[in-house]
Amino acid sequence: MTTPVLEVRHLRKYFPVRRGLLGRVAGHIRAVDGVSFSIAHGETLSLVGESGCGKTTTSRCILRAIAPSAGEILLRDEHGDAIEVASLDRAGLRPLRRRMQMIFQDPFSSLNPRMTISEIIGEPLLVQGMRGTREREARVRDLLELVRLPAAYLNRFPHAFSGGQRQRIGIARALALNPSLIVADEPVSALDVSVQAQIVNLMLDLQDQLGLTYLFVAHDLSVVKHVSHRVAVMYAGRIVETAPTTRLFTSPKHPYTEALLSAVPVPDPRRRAQRIVLEGDVADPSNPPPGCHFHPRCQYATERCRSEIPALREIEPGHAVSCLRAGELSLRGVASGP
Amino acid sequence: MADPILQVRGLSTFFFADEGIVRAVDGASFDLYPGRTLGIVGESGCGKSVTARSILRIVERPGRIVSGEILLRRPGGQVVDLVGLASDGPAMRQIRGGEIGLVFQEPMSSLSAFHTVGVQLIEAIRLHSRLSKKAARDRAIELLALVGIPRPAQRVDAYSFELSGGLRQRVMVALALAAEPHVLIADEPTTALDVTTQAQILELIARLQRERDLAVILITHDMGVIAEMADDVVVMYLGREVEKGPVDAIFHQPRHPYTRSLLRSIPSVLAEPRARLATISGSIPHPLARPAGCPFHPRCPDAMPGRCDVDVPVEVSHADNHVTACHLYTEPVA
Repeated sequence: MTTPVLEVRHLRKYFPVRRGLLGRVAGHIRAVDGVSFSIAHGETLSLVGESGCGKTTTSRCILRAIAPSAGEILLRDEHGDAIEVASLDRAGLRPLRRRMQMIFQDPFSSLNPRMTISEIIGEPLLVQGMRGTREREARVRDLLELVRLPAAYLNRFPHAFSGGQRQRIGIARALALNPSLIVADEPVSALDVSVQAQIVNLMLDLQDQLGLTYLFVAHDLSVVKHVSHRVAVMYAGRIVETAPTTRLFTSPKHPYTEALLSAVPVPDPRRRAQRIVLEGDVADPSNPPPGCHFHPRCQYATERCRSEIPALREIEPGHAVSCLRAGELSLRGVASGP
Repeated sequence: MADPILQVRGLSTFFFADEGIVRAVDGASFDLYPGRTLGIVGESGCGKSVTARSILRIVERPGRIVSGEILLRRPGGQVVDLVGLASDGPAMRQIRGGEIGLVFQEPMSSLSAFHTVGVQLIEAIRLHSRLSKKAARDRAIELLALVGIPRPAQRVDAYSFELSGGLRQRVMVALALAAEPHVLIADEPTTALDVTTQAQILELIARLQRERDLAVILITHDMGVIAEMADDVVVMYLGREVEKGPVDAIFHQPRHPYTRSLLRSIPSVLAEPRARLATISGSIPHPLARPAGCPFHPRCPDAMPGRCDVDVPVEVSHADNHVTACHLYTEPVA
């Protein structure tokens, strides 16, 4: 495998919980608690998990929308030069912005309603120093063509567009500066099914065409199946399992992955599954249970799971899992076919 | 099969805005039976939620029911047309929340933040019964236990913001059941929830339905949820029913081009990794610009010019209660 575009090592983000009149720090929410992964050039890694698992906080640390508490984030460009993103100061962040771009969830609030499409897509070009109006407009036209929108839309305002079209505009803006990495946080979850399919296909096509690298953050495992090369499942601030897409879906090794997969409703009434319905709620990241964070909800938990923190261990090349019983359990994935 | 508890006949609800008339629901007809779940599915603007709001008579202005009947069989056996009742009259208030319970998508905004869960439950219980405060409180704790809330005797005094999303939605279900309804309308009950919590709530609704022979209308955009839960399905597009029938027929023998395209475009955990999805061209038109003829014709792979863009298709009933509104079917298919 080539050198990774992004390498994240032991990333932590703790938010202080303040109490009382003096705002004394009474504890910490461990939103991200020691997360490590890497993404190769041209690859899509999906971070999946339920609310509060830390997937969005991880992506915001990588984008440096927030500062991580600890850990390393290495971003490499096409020449192999790495920037240590985690420790950059404000001045150092500016050149970084052109190399990492973001596609947002809500296409209705992420576009400035007072700017034309041409201005929205051209803004990052202007900010990064492309002063020539004609040059910029030519680039904007190319970008519109890439996302399959007619050039006639250049001087319209966002309100004239549907959710799907707005998401295409957001993608064009993200592509404007040829970023090394695109972070897409739930890019299709606000869209209707028939439009969602168009955007998923567009993201796949653009990746093949331009060699894009995606960090895809999502809760919908069905969409994740359609976009990812590899998947990392998070629970209560930690990665509990990571594997190539097919392996993760067909032979999960972590009980949480198994439960997550079995909870996804399958659009076929003949396959009404024997669902594993988890008891209780997602672990509270300000007061996580001792040992394995998942043990209170795990049907396979033993005494050891209550006290011992499982490490993320590679059990096969590319397939790592943090479960003390990973070797002995035989878990159910989702099988394709009838 | 028993008699239907609710029959909707030719229901049309329009919104009279300054910019024009939105035909939010345009001629919906279906039957709902005790112990069965009717799924109403479609994308934004298809009219599924307005259908539910019409049944409950809570359509907001400038919308109103312009035609049709909503026939509810009441506990005494007599049938009443809800369209003929005053929306805020005593009969409708008894039915709404009494004989018809409802669960909405957003438990955070449907529950009061100023009153404890118990206060809200007790109010709902006493609105539709003669129980004393003490008895109603006991009943509230019973209801919380029924919907699977741990430590119900303590949780009855909790505020909604102290509960997780899953527990809040369970409280919503408890509230909906407070007056022992025969019909439950659930409008996107799990859309705001995580997938493992969604599984819990769907399981809960299915269990309560079995135990109480509830008739359930489940409104969702999620074909997966429909496949898991529904017995009968109505597929809507831009205010019109395009196809309806038993769940197996809808998924395994879809007839309307919209249903077919929609089913093909759903991402699935069973798909090959990185498989392209089938798409439906274009996007859903603005409700004020509903295309003439069949509303789906501009996006339809099988559209017949001169026909589909001119005439509104009529409903054709095929074998097995399978109904389509599409010009491809002029006669019933066996």
